[in-house]
Order: sequence, then structure tokens, then C-alpha cells
Amino acid sequence: MTTATHVDYRLSQLDELEAESIHIFREVAAEFEKPVLMFSGGKDSIVMLRLAEKAFYPAKIPFPVLQVDTGFDFPEVLQTRDNWVNRLGVRLIVASVEEAIKDGVVVDDGKTSRNRLQIGTLLNAIEEEGFTAAFGGGRRDEEKARAKERVYSHRDEFGQWDPKMQRPELWSLYNGRLHEGEHMRIFPLSNWTELDIWHYIGREGIEIPSIYFSHQRKVFERDGMLLTESEFNPLRSGESVEERTVRFRTVGDLTLTGCVESEADTIDKIIDEIAIARVTERGATRGDDRFSEAAMEDRKKEGYF
Amino acid sequence: MGTPDLTKAQVAEQTREMDLLRFATAGSVDDGKSTLIGRLLLDSKSIFEDQLEAVESTSKSRGYDYTDLALLTDGLRSEREQGITIDVAYRYFATPNRKFIIADTPGHVQYTRNMVTGASTADLGLVLVDARQGLTEQSRRHAVILSLLRVPHLVLAVNKMDLVDYSEEVFEKIHREFQQFATKLNIPDLEVIPISALKGDNVVNRSENMPWYEGSSLMHHLEHIHVASDRDLVDVRFPVQYVVRPKSDDHHDYRGYGGQVAGGVLKPGDEVVVLPSGMTSTIQGIDLFETELEEAYPPMSVTVRLDDDVDVSRGDMIARVKNAPKPSQDIDAMVCWMTNTPLRPRQKLAIKHTTRTARALVKDVQYRLDVNTLHRDQETKELGLNEIGRIQLRTTVPLLCDPYSKNRTTGSFILIDEATGVTVGAGMILSGS
Ligand SMILES: Nc1nc2c(ncn2[C@@H]2O[C@H](COP(=O)(O)OP(=O)(O)O)[C@@H](O)[C@H]2O)c(=O)[nH]1
Repeated sequence: MTTATHVDYRLSQLDELEAESIHIFREVAAEFEKPVLMFSGGKDSIVMLRLAEKAFYPAKIPFPVLQVDTGFDFPEVLQTRDNWVNRLGVRLIVASVEEAIKDGVVVDDGKTSRNRLQIGTLLNAIEEEGFTAAFGGGRRDEEKARAKERVYSHRDEFGQWDPKMQRPELWSLYNGRLHEGEHMRIFPLSNWTELDIWHYIGREGIEIPSIYFSHQRKVFERDGMLLTESEFNPLRSGESVEERTVRFRTVGDLTLTGCVESEADTIDKIIDEIAIARVTERGATRGDDRFSEAAMEDRKKEGYF
Repeated sequence: MGTPDLTKAQVAEQTREMDLLRFATAGSVDDGKSTLIGRLLLDSKSIFEDQLEAVESTSKSRGYDYTDLALLTDGLRSEREQGITIDVAYRYFATPNRKFIIADTPGHVQYTRNMVTGASTADLGLVLVDARQGLTEQSRRHAVILSLLRVPHLVLAVNKMDLVDYSEEVFEKIHREFQQFATKLNIPDLEVIPISALKGDNVVNRSENMPWYEGSSLMHHLEHIHVASDRDLVDVRFPVQYVVRPKSDDHHDYRGYGGQVAGGVLKPGDEVVVLPSGMTSTIQGIDLFETELEEAYPPMSVTVRLDDDVDVSRGDMIARVKNAPKPSQDIDAMVCWMTNTPLRPRQKLAIKHTTRTARALVKDVQYRLDVNTLHRDQETKELGLNEIGRIQLRTTVPLLCDPYSKNRTTGSFILIDEATGVTVGAGMILSGS
């Protein structure tokens, strides 16, 4: 006799997404020689870390974490990163844009944004360490160009993404075959939406950088965005600093990442806010995404996250 | 980790939460698929202001009188320039009851390959037809592919009803014709709905223009269809994916088998068999992170511990002693071929089935299936790009498989070209021996 503890064996959609992501983490750990998890310190990469933690528990996560340090990162984000890395006991590799510039790996012409210089820095780190699979926190709901992205996204020996080279992905059977010098970007959060991420953070009660929550901050306006006051971001003529109640929807290079005025100081309030805020996180606060509709696609081809 | 600590009340609470429906869309060019998806996204408030503004301004600059909702789901630039979509795109929207993932498969080039890909994970297939044209060869092909892929629910949306004066007669004719055709296929659940994607009739709300239609709106149907019972809850299948061995002081003796349940319900205390070795043991515990579970069922990802120190590794399968798949090296299957160089007898390929990878030799191409007429062409001994046929394979190691009709996870495989590393085929097992 079976005792039906579940009326109908349904899984909630968050549980189903979690199960799918855990499956992806285990598949990659089993089939790739040298995986690495790309960690920005943002909410998506924190959810990735949480899922990786669950996939291998009670063993430690069997691969290191790679962070690209733009030199302009929020201190709160670095703090959260350190807390996570220490608690999980994973190895942290920091690839610095500053050093990549010094070593001539990338060229800072004064016009190129740090987010963009991250590409070269990242590819260099992947090549130097010989990583064959790099987990990224990209989601298909973020941007039109991402809607066709695979979970396993193939990159050639130049780290480039070629839409025509992408393999059909059927059922949950992932094809991880590579040639020498190639690597795979892995997107375990492909099917998650921004709201799913927040619901999951709330449900799991996990630490995210404090700048996601409403706080007082000295900010100034530039190109219609609210940027934080910082020594890295000298004021231009006509700009003035004032204190406002704000929070960040994405974290990245602080000279380019805008914040929004918000009173949301808990996860629930953030969820309420997103449910009615009708602007994509990128559209709202990522300076370097706004230049052209196809900007994202171009950067992806070059090997952006 | 002590005794199981997930109470029934908590579980009930959990099941009340929003669940997930994955569906694949299909339609010929201009049947209105993009417009319909745009409308579902818009009406479920899944469109952001900046996205909508971009689409409004593009529509204006192109001189359209109305906002072209189809632009919302428009893909990559090269495709935009050619004005076509050539790949499966995934879209997301949610209502208070359910989250939806749409696998949007385009209507032309590489058609079959894309549709097979989109349908492989779908709980439901949505086929669009233009009411003015009725059923076409393409709509029949869409239905055939969905039934081959065992997508359990099918909706035929008869679109552009506004252009046929919302005529019951036109709708009924298409309805009857399709129902008749569907009897030849394997479609457990079929619904036919008259809509206007452009005007919104029967998309979210029941239309006042078609009082003769007594069924529910498309959205209502998508929200209420029952999908959990489509999964096999009887035959226990647990492909071992990853062996969890902490080798730490705290968990010195821990040895667990990570995997995603592919079928049946697993419980601690169950007697199980490990394939292909045939060793038997008992489930000691089932872990999901720090929680010990009372049971695990598809598609949960869990870690299973066994009582005995049996040798288990990736690629093995845990099943019930009296209900286990037969290890098979001779595989009879339907295959969709996805690359330019044809599939031929004597060809050697890599095969990935659940968590097991092996090599396979193509012994025979038995017939090519004409997906328009269902005719079996036994003359041809090869399968070209986008063709589907029945083949026989011999594998280097036994696969622990079931017929695809019984289990979509343990019944499916992909074929990989060993030289290029590209996925070249998708297979659905008929039988193994
Ligand atoms: N009158 C009318 N036109 C429609 C309807 N649905 C789509 N269309 C139009 O049909 C054309 C093709 O639609 P589109 O969504 O791009 O088709 P797709 O190729 O299937 O994605 C566009 O001009 C739409 O505005 C409908 O229900 N009624």
C-alpha cells in the first residue's frame, strides 16, 4: 500500500527550477575537466552559488569561483563575496582588469567601459587557467538576444559565440563535447526570471549585498541615471551630489551602474516593487547596454558573459 | 540529518504554490504566432515598459498603424535583417497560478529540427492555423511531430477569426477535419479554440464575438490543464549522475548518489536494484540539501543513500527489483536527423542516453517517415537533414532504457558526431534488446 503524502505529486515551479539547475551543475561537474563559476557578487551569481552548494552537499563545491575585479566594485559586494566564499570553503580566483591593462591583455583607451574591458580580462583568465566550462548567471528573460541562448553555450578558441555553431538542446541531454582550446559557457539559470530569483532568495534566506536594499546614499544624475558619488567617478560640470533613498537593481562597475529611488528594504517589498516596476533591470540601470538595441548581441559575440 | 522533517502540512503548502507549464508553439509563417505570443506576454503583464516603447517606436518608424506585437518576440539581428526567425527561442510569463515557458519554434528553414527540439521538453503543443486557409500540410506536420515527441496535450488555435466574421461554420469545418486527422496520431488530449490574436478574442477572456463557442479561452485552458499526472509515477528510474563523497571529517562515511528522478516514487526502505551490475540494496535515505525526504518523484534532483556498500557510479541506474529496464545493446528507435551529411548504415556515432555515454553503430535505416502523409518510405537507406525515420543501433555498452512511449527521459537519446562534437540526431526508443 502506498501512502499518498502528495495529493498529486506536483512540484512548485521554484522547486522544479531548482531541480533543473542542480541537474545542470552535476552534469557539468561530472563531464568537464575544469569547470569554474563566474561570480559577479550580484544576486544571480549568489543564487548560482546556492544551487551549486545544494548540488554537491554535504561535499564542497568541486570547482573554484572566478571574479573579474573591475577595480570599481562596490565594497559591499566584495564583502558579501568574501562571506560566501569563506562559508563554503571554495577557492576564489580574482582576475583584475587593472592588471590586465598593465599586462597589455586589454587596452584602456579611455572610451571603453570597464564592463567591456571585463571581456578580455575574463577570456584571458579562462585561457590561462585552462578552464573548459564557465558557469554564468545569464537568464533568457533578460534580453531579446538571450532568448535563444542554450544552457550549454559553445565558445570557439577565441572565446566567441557563433549563433550558427550552437547545438540543438533536447530533453535534459546536454552535449559537452569540446575541441582543444574551446570552452563552454553554462547557464544554469536559463529558465529563471528576475522574479524567480527574488522569490528564491527570500525563500532560502541567503545573504545578498546590502546595496540591493533601500538605503541613504549620496548620488548625482548623469544621462538620466542616478550614480553613486565615488572617487572613481569625478563629477562633470553641472552635476551635483545629493542624498537620496535608493537601492540598486544590478551590481557591477559602480561608475556605470545606476540606482533607483526606492523604499524597499526587505525582499518582500522588493518583489512588490518589481512586480509593478515596468522597466527591465538592464534598461533601468546598465549604462553600457543602452547604446543600441543590438548592443547586447554584439558583446555576446565577443565573449561577454 | 535526523528523521525526515518535511511534514505533510509543509508539503501541502508547497504544492499550493505556483507550478510550471512548458509549451511549444508551431505555425506556418504569417499564421500569427508572434502576434499571439506578444499578446500573451502583454496581457499577463510580462512586457516591460522599455521593451514596449522600443516596439512602439519601431512600429511607428516603419509606418504601421498599430503596434506590431510580433516585434516583441523578435530575435537576433541577422534574423531580424532577413526578417525571419531561424531558431528556438524561449519566452517566459506568469499568471498568479502558473509560470509558463514557451518554446517558440519558427516556421521555416530547419523546421523539423527546431520543432523537435522545442517539443522535447514540452507538456503542451500549441498549433496555429489561419482560419481563412484552414488546415495545411504544415499544420498536419506540426501535429505529427508533437505526437511523435509524445507531447501529452495539444491545442489547435484557429486564428484570425475576425477575418472570417467569427463564423462558427468555418471553425467547425476546421475542427472536424483536424479531429479526424488526429485519430491517426497519438494525442491523449486535444482542444480546438477559435481566436483572434490581433483583436484578443478568446485569448485571455471569452470572446463576445463568438457566443456559439462554449469552451474556455486559451489562457484559461493553459492555466488549468493538469500536467503532473503526465509523468510516470509508477516505474522507479533513477539514473545516477554524480557520486557525492565529501571525504571530510564531519561526513567521513557519507556516500550518496546524486541524480534527477526520471520515473516512479522513491522512498527510504525501498528495496532497489542497481543496473547494470544487478546488485540489490535498500534505500537508506534521500537527501535534498539539509533535508531528509520521505519520498522523491520526478523531476526532483536528490541524493540517494543505500544501505550496502555496493559499487555504484555515474551511468548506473537505480530501479525496483521487480520493475527494472532491460540492459540493451540493440536499440530500435525513431530518429530525427539534424545535420547536412546524411545518416547512413555503418556510420559510427557517440550516443548520450540519460547519464550514460557510449558509441553506437548504425545497423540499419529501416524507413523514412513522410511527416506529411505518414507514409513509410522503405526504399531510402539514409536520412537527410530534418528527416525522421526508424533505425537500428548497436551500442558498445548496454543502455538502461525504456520505450519512449513509457518514459520520455529513459526513452530518449542524442547522437553526437565524434569528429565535430555537434549534436546530429535526436532519438526516441521503440524497444531495446
Ligand atoms: N486580422 C488579423 N490579423 C492577424 C491576426 N493575428 C496575426 N495577424 C496578422 O497577420 C500577420 C502575421 O502575423 P505574425 O504574428 O507576424 O505571424 P507569424 O509569422 O506566425 O509570427 C501580421 O500582419 C499580423 O498583424 C488576427 O487574429 N487577426
